[in-house]
Amino acid sequence: MNVDTIDLNAGYLVLAAMLFAIGAAGVLVRRNPLVIVMCVELMLNAVNLTLVTFSTMLNDIAGQIMVLFVLVVAAAEVVVGLGIIVAISRRRPGATADDIRVLRG
Amino acid sequence: MGVQIVVFAVCAIVALLGALGVVFARNPVHSALGLVATLFAIAVLFVNQNAQFLGVVQVIVYTGAIVVLILFVIMLLGVDTDEDLDTEPLLGQRWAAVIVALLLIGGIAGIFFVEGRGEAVTGQVAALAPIVPGIPSTDAQGNPTTAAGVDTFVRALPAEQQQAIGEQNITQIGEHLFTDYVFAFMITAALLTIAVIGAVLMARRPKRYEPMPELEDTSYEDVDELSTTGEVTG
Repeated sequence: MNVDTIDLNAGYLVLAAMLFAIGAAGVLVRRNPLVIVMCVELMLNAVNLTLVTFSTMLNDIAGQIMVLFVLVVAAAEVVVGLGIIVAISRRRPGATADDIRVLRG
Repeated sequence: MGVQIVVFAVCAIVALLGALGVVFARNPVHSALGLVATLFAIAVLFVNQNAQFLGVVQVIVYTGAIVVLILFVIMLLGVDTDEDLDTEPLLGQRWAAVIVALLLIGGIAGIFFVEGRGEAVTGQVAALAPIVPGIPSTDAQGNPTTAAGVDTFVRALPAEQQQAIGEQNITQIGEHLFTDYVFAFMITAALLTIAVIGAVLMARRPKRYEPMPELEDTSYEDVDELSTTGEVTG
């Protein structure tokens, strides 16, 4: 019974690692800025899963409070990121991440 | 015990499939739907780990607000057209990304095989606020109880006490959020205000509206095109 629990905790961590890796690969490969934002969200969620797992493993509520802060920062990040994407697409419709490599107005 | 493992297995599969959908979908709307599946699965995993409050917040904030915001922007900009995934802008970029991802997974999963399951996670048990008080930091053999986690001890309790521990989750988070972390909490409020003001400023349509100038084309095909048109006009 004890061994199964340990495996489940390790399983959470490995699952979070896989989600983070998939998100990182998405950020590297995709060129649509909106999809890149979604992949960043994926990575943030993988880290949240890790934090909750550590919170359970170490019997400490601080990990869950940290997840709450990550949620808030992620929300702020998405708002600002989407604002930038809207501002850029208004000037250059259909711009990919390759097109906006020059940051001049 | 069995229920937890089954829930974990199902949600892990859903989360992984959704994540792969985010990366591989050609249409951004399909990517957003894959993201919803992943976020829901992670919310269920939070509840599975006795973090009920975070499970609810995850559904409300992520699937309820963030993904809807992303979908809104997709529809607003009309960029819900398929992306061309067949051409590779940088030679070997995809293989490099796959290798990086595999190294990341292999590195983290390898820790559990090399270090052993107990020693992989280090840290002080119940450093700030124990979720379940009274759990010793070492077991009878003197090994740290880190790897076993809270679940083992919670499941050994009678059903009423297990339910009480689940119901304490919000109370515990609230107590420590408004005492130990109250400064970070207030900074968060300032951060949200700044983000809202910044988003409004950026999304505002400027009075002096001028489209961004086209970039100079540096690829060889465009150079050829220029030279041929130059011959025709000259």
